[in-house]
Amino acid sequence: MEKFTVLNGLVAPLDRANVDTDAIIPKQFLKSIHRTGFGAFCFDAWRHLDRGDIGVDPASRRENPDFELNKPRYRGSSILLARENFGCGSSREHAPWALGQYGIRVIIAPSFADIFFNNCFKSGLLPIVLSTTMVDRLFAQVEAEQGYRLKVDLEHKVLETPSGECIAFDIDAFRRHRLLNGIDDIGHTLLDADMIQAFERRHLAAMPWLSKRLAEAGA
Amino acid sequence: MGKTLYDKVWDAHVVKHGEDADCLIYIDRHIMHEVTSPQAFEGLQLAGRKIWRASSVLATPDHNVPTVNRAQGMTDGIAALQVSTLVDNCRSNEIPFIGLDDARQGIVHVVGPEQGATLPGMTIVCGDSHTSTHGAFGALAFGIGTSDVEHVLATQCMVMKKSRNMLVRVEGTLAAGVTAKDLVLYVIGVIGTAGGTGHTIEFAGSAIRALSMEGRMTVCNMAIEAGARAGMIAVDDTTLEYLKDRPCAPVGADWDRAVEVWKGLYSDPDAVFERVVDIDASLIEPQVSWGTSPEMVLPVGGHIPDPAAESDPVRREAMTRALAYMDLAPLTPITAIAIDKVFIGSCTNARIEDLRAAARVVEGRRVASSVTLAMVVPGSGLVKAQAEREGLDRIFVAAGFEWREPGCSMCLGMNDDRLSPGERCAATSNRNFEGRQGSGGRTHLVSPQMAAAAAVSGRFVDARSFA
Repeated sequence: MEKFTVLNGLVAPLDRANVDTDAIIPKQFLKSIHRTGFGAFCFDAWRHLDRGDIGVDPASRRENPDFELNKPRYRGSSILLARENFGCGSSREHAPWALGQYGIRVIIAPSFADIFFNNCFKSGLLPIVLSTTMVDRLFAQVEAEQGYRLKVDLEHKVLETPSGECIAFDIDAFRRHRLLNGIDDIGHTLLDADMIQAFERRHLAAMPWLSKRLAEAGA
Repeated sequence: MGKTLYDKVWDAHVVKHGEDADCLIYIDRHIMHEVTSPQAFEGLQLAGRKIWRASSVLATPDHNVPTVNRAQGMTDGIAALQVSTLVDNCRSNEIPFIGLDDARQGIVHVVGPEQGATLPGMTIVCGDSHTSTHGAFGALAFGIGTSDVEHVLATQCMVMKKSRNMLVRVEGTLAAGVTAKDLVLYVIGVIGTAGGTGHTIEFAGSAIRALSMEGRMTVCNMAIEAGARAGMIAVDDTTLEYLKDRPCAPVGADWDRAVEVWKGLYSDPDAVFERVVDIDASLIEPQVSWGTSPEMVLPVGGHIPDPAAESDPVRREAMTRALAYMDLAPLTPITAIAIDKVFIGSCTNARIEDLRAAARVVEGRRVASSVTLAMVVPGSGLVKAQAEREGLDRIFVAAGFEWREPGCSMCLGMNDDRLSPGERCAATSNRNFEGRQGSGGRTHLVSPQMAAAAAVSGRFVDARSFA
């Protein structure tokens, strides 16, 4: 996983609540068996006027000029400013993959859906929760100033606005540590393999019905 | 202090308390399908890691499979590759697998309980947000992303923080013709799509206890639509009756021991919930969603709301956008909305009881001529076979419905079953997001009875008038 330390990036606003994972990456792209190649399809139905599908050449697509991320002033953004309950709906990790591969590394919102929030950290994305008041202020500032950028400093848990204002944000220590160092979760958990094994032995011996295997077809 | 049902199942699975409130939680059952698993197996292979306990997994393809002409195989090459990747991954890792040609194949959240692979007190994960369904059995079940699918395969554990406890207490009696689907849509309308975020919701109260297991699964299925990763319902005799003699359920002395354990799976009277929502079941009418979020829902006798009357600007904007997408005008009566297609299926409402309820409405009637497609997609091969034994397929077909093979189908339209731009659908599924059933498609979420009534009327009507 890619490390996340400091990012100085252009901010794009997405001023709508309850942005769901179907909107972030529509279902037709989920047929891929790979972890990459989703960036061109991020927010596909909103970014384009025609319907995209696997195998359709991205260069042939008609862009929707009214969609925020297509506006020239927001091209190349790496920070997305969003509203309540961002990432609701399906558990598809293709959603953070698509955002990351599109170029987004940070999402700022008053709240996130739980599964999406968890998935972000696995893909090196940083979701930041700020108060609704603060998010309102940032929307106003982004709207007012062309080329509005934020400096995101994960080490010090602070955002810096172009005027030099510092906004603190909260993130739990373990997640921060893993993002800062790009640490693989599985390797970390397997350090406790003996403990897991001991637990499993006790647990399955006490409740043997938990480990019944599904029969083969026709068995 | 007493424990909630969630506390009890959580505590029984804590392998280790980590720093910063993170816990290592042991996972009893891992359910798997073709869409969110290939990248996990690839990750394991690249890292040279082994699968911790293959027998804990139950895998079957459901999301992208065709619901017609199964005999000719899968014609969509990309989808076929995804299914064959699952077959290969299961075979090479000795993972129990139910193939497309197996009578037990179906939607993972229908198959798990049907096989008794879902048992009370278990921790259950699947790379699918509707894993919350299994909480109907007093299990702790939740959806995970692909990185966590890989993590559970490699470690049999999840690293997670405990959620807060929330109680949704539904007391009283549902009126005749009002279903579990109406109940859960109503609850989402009350608490909102983020109402349960950060919480595990326990559904309790006399109206919940009165539900069948099928109804309870419908309710827990949509906990995620209220923002809660997991929904749970306490174990009672209804749970035990459903599970007895299921293939993976314990037998003999093991069954008796298990029942003793399972009977403790309820919230203690003095357990503390961080949040309690009380619902009066008698107030619930058949529901119809009108917008692009499951919280945008109304009783069938209602009218489309007017954004001008909404004071909160973010909500007003969301309503305006939703009405534009749905092509609906403020103040339109729900019963004036005409539909093009009907979808009866999905992990929310494709169990035998759902099909029976829809068939009762349809029997002796015809799908309205204005409806271009009405389809029934059973939740599993076993549901399909049961329905055929009862003659339900003949009722649907005689009325002009298509009777399909099991799968997720038009709930998310990953296969060929989708809406075309502008088409309006009465659907028994769980999400009415923009483009969910096909780009530009318009979804109204309803119960099986309401979908059936809409099919024969060509527009929404109160299904109770067909009783």
